[in-house]
Amino acid sequence: MPAPVFQGERLEVIKIRERFPSAIIKVKEFRGDTYICVTRESLKEVCELLRDDPELEYKMFSECTCVDYSKWEHERDLSDRFEVVYNLFSLKYFSRIFVKVGAFDGVTVPSMTAVWPGAEYPEREVWDLFGVVFEGHPQLERFLLPDDWVGFPLRKEVPLGGEDVDFAQNTKGPAVEDVSMPHAGESFEGKTGSEDVSGR
Amino acid sequence: MSSQELEFMPSTDTMFERTGENTIVVNMGPQHPSTHGVLRVILELEGETIVGLECVIGYLHTGMEKEAECQQYLKCVTMTDRMDYLSANNNNLAYVLAAEKLLGIEVPQRGQALRVILCELSRIASHCVWLGTHALDLGAMTPFFWIFREREKILDMFEMFSGVRMMPSWIVPGGLRGDMPEGFEAKLRSFIKEFPPALAEVEGLLVKNPIWIERTRDVGVISAEDALALGLSGPITRGSGIAWDIRKSNPYSGYEKYDFAIPVGKNGDVYDRFLVRLAEMKESIKILQQAIDGLPEGPWNSDDRKVVPPPREELDTSMESLIHHFKLWTEGFHPPVGEVYQAIEGPKGELGWYIVSDGSNCPYRWHVRPSSFMNLQALKPMCMGRMIADVVAIIGSIDIVLGEIDR
Repeated sequence: MPAPVFQGERLEVIKIRERFPSAIIKVKEFRGDTYICVTRESLKEVCELLRDDPELEYKMFSECTCVDYSKWEHERDLSDRFEVVYNLFSLKYFSRIFVKVGAFDGVTVPSMTAVWPGAEYPEREVWDLFGVVFEGHPQLERFLLPDDWVGFPLRKEVPLGGEDVDFAQNTKGPAVEDVSMPHAGESFEGKTGSEDVSGR
Repeated sequence: MSSQELEFMPSTDTMFERTGENTIVVNMGPQHPSTHGVLRVILELEGETIVGLECVIGYLHTGMEKEAECQQYLKCVTMTDRMDYLSANNNNLAYVLAAEKLLGIEVPQRGQALRVILCELSRIASHCVWLGTHALDLGAMTPFFWIFREREKILDMFEMFSGVRMMPSWIVPGGLRGDMPEGFEAKLRSFIKEFPPALAEVEGLLVKNPIWIERTRDVGVISAEDALALGLSGPITRGSGIAWDIRKSNPYSGYEKYDFAIPVGKNGDVYDRFLVRLAEMKESIKILQQAIDGLPEGPWNSDDRKVVPPPREELDTSMESLIHHFKLWTEGFHPPVGEVYQAIEGPKGELGWYIVSDGSNCPYRWHVRPSSFMNLQALKPMCMGRMIADVVAIIGSIDIVLGEIDR
């Protein structure tokens, strides 16, 4: 049983429009799914409405993720660089809805951990891999990556293979002492028990 | 003791750290047999009671989501097996269904039925590993050997299909890599006959065992409301009394045609989740029986030549087929611009893929909604206030796979 649709608009969209007229930036339908793009300021209110309204009951927090659109060449839903996508599920109609919010460097997105505690891990992962800051999140620390990692690897400027390797001039191979390795995860020096890990 | 022997004694101040007058912090894992992989748990204890808990993950992180951004859609299938390696077929199906939703193609009936057979076998295999290791963690060694013997039979069947036991990658966009092999049907039918009595033997060791009940009943309780807010799914929410199964609620691959029940627990404790998973295995056997009895004849692959390679015979006679074959194996296919999410009911819960396509032959963003990652969030609320020995029982009952959590 899908969520009710009135005059081509889903009940969720009608409810949000009624309560928060300025919240919705765009509503997109693609392959049967509905994506509601909202402003950062209204994200929390919209989510609380979706969760608490007796006709909607989006009590299940499915997940959230992020997309970096800095190399996108097609039409966009939002103008900001990142889009955080919240994936919510209602057991009333067994229906799914996606709430999107834009983000860019130097701006915080309100954390949804206060609305659904299940947002803690996925939001921490988004911060870890994209660098999107969630305001009010209890623990924004490295999660999948080592503690001393520099940068956010799922951003589009981080290359995918074919990275530039610092070769010293006029030598055949890499001069190990000259290589700066900002992304080298952990230093194994002194941890493995052998003096020379590299075999040099 | 001689001075040399003393050097090998571990120093007590590296084993734990005192954080208060009565509390110490103890490290568990990442190399611990009962954490089912490389999960590290930092426990804060007051006596033997847990007052704080933190999970440390990422030891198996290999950046698969980044890697996929430079792989063609077909090549991504191979990576999905490596996530939840205990139920590779379900992972294949979740990703492939998302890709097919993006492409807007349908798979013929025979292909769908064969997918259901592979996925239900995978679900039983995954639950077999869970049952064996869960019992082993709590000190029962026999179920492990008995149930792994049954799992071997399933892996043999996967080998018949694909030549690979654990990572078949047999489900691909547009259908399957090949039809059911000869002799498979007989083997599946004998498995359907032999498995229920074998499972009943293992059940007999545990279900009414007073030690087992003592260790699992009223341990790791989570309410239905909390389970949903935490994003849990699968046997955990069903153990808490929510009759929600994506195979029923949002059917895919023709699951609406099969007759099976959703087993539901009452108390949401370790014991109820144990019973739910046992019942699920029997329901899977029911589905397998119906699927093999009603297996339709006909093609198993979509005839969309932009996605599925043409058969070998066609290449000799048709110029278009030769072009399709060449383009498909060099470039891959180009789905339309857009974004999709498709979820299936994996053995561990909701397993979904989110794909953003920019119209090129590689995904722009390729994200998995791993069921174990979300389910792991339940560990803290379930363990708080319990004894340290319960942590082992609770981790076993959440049924995590670290390959899926870390990706």
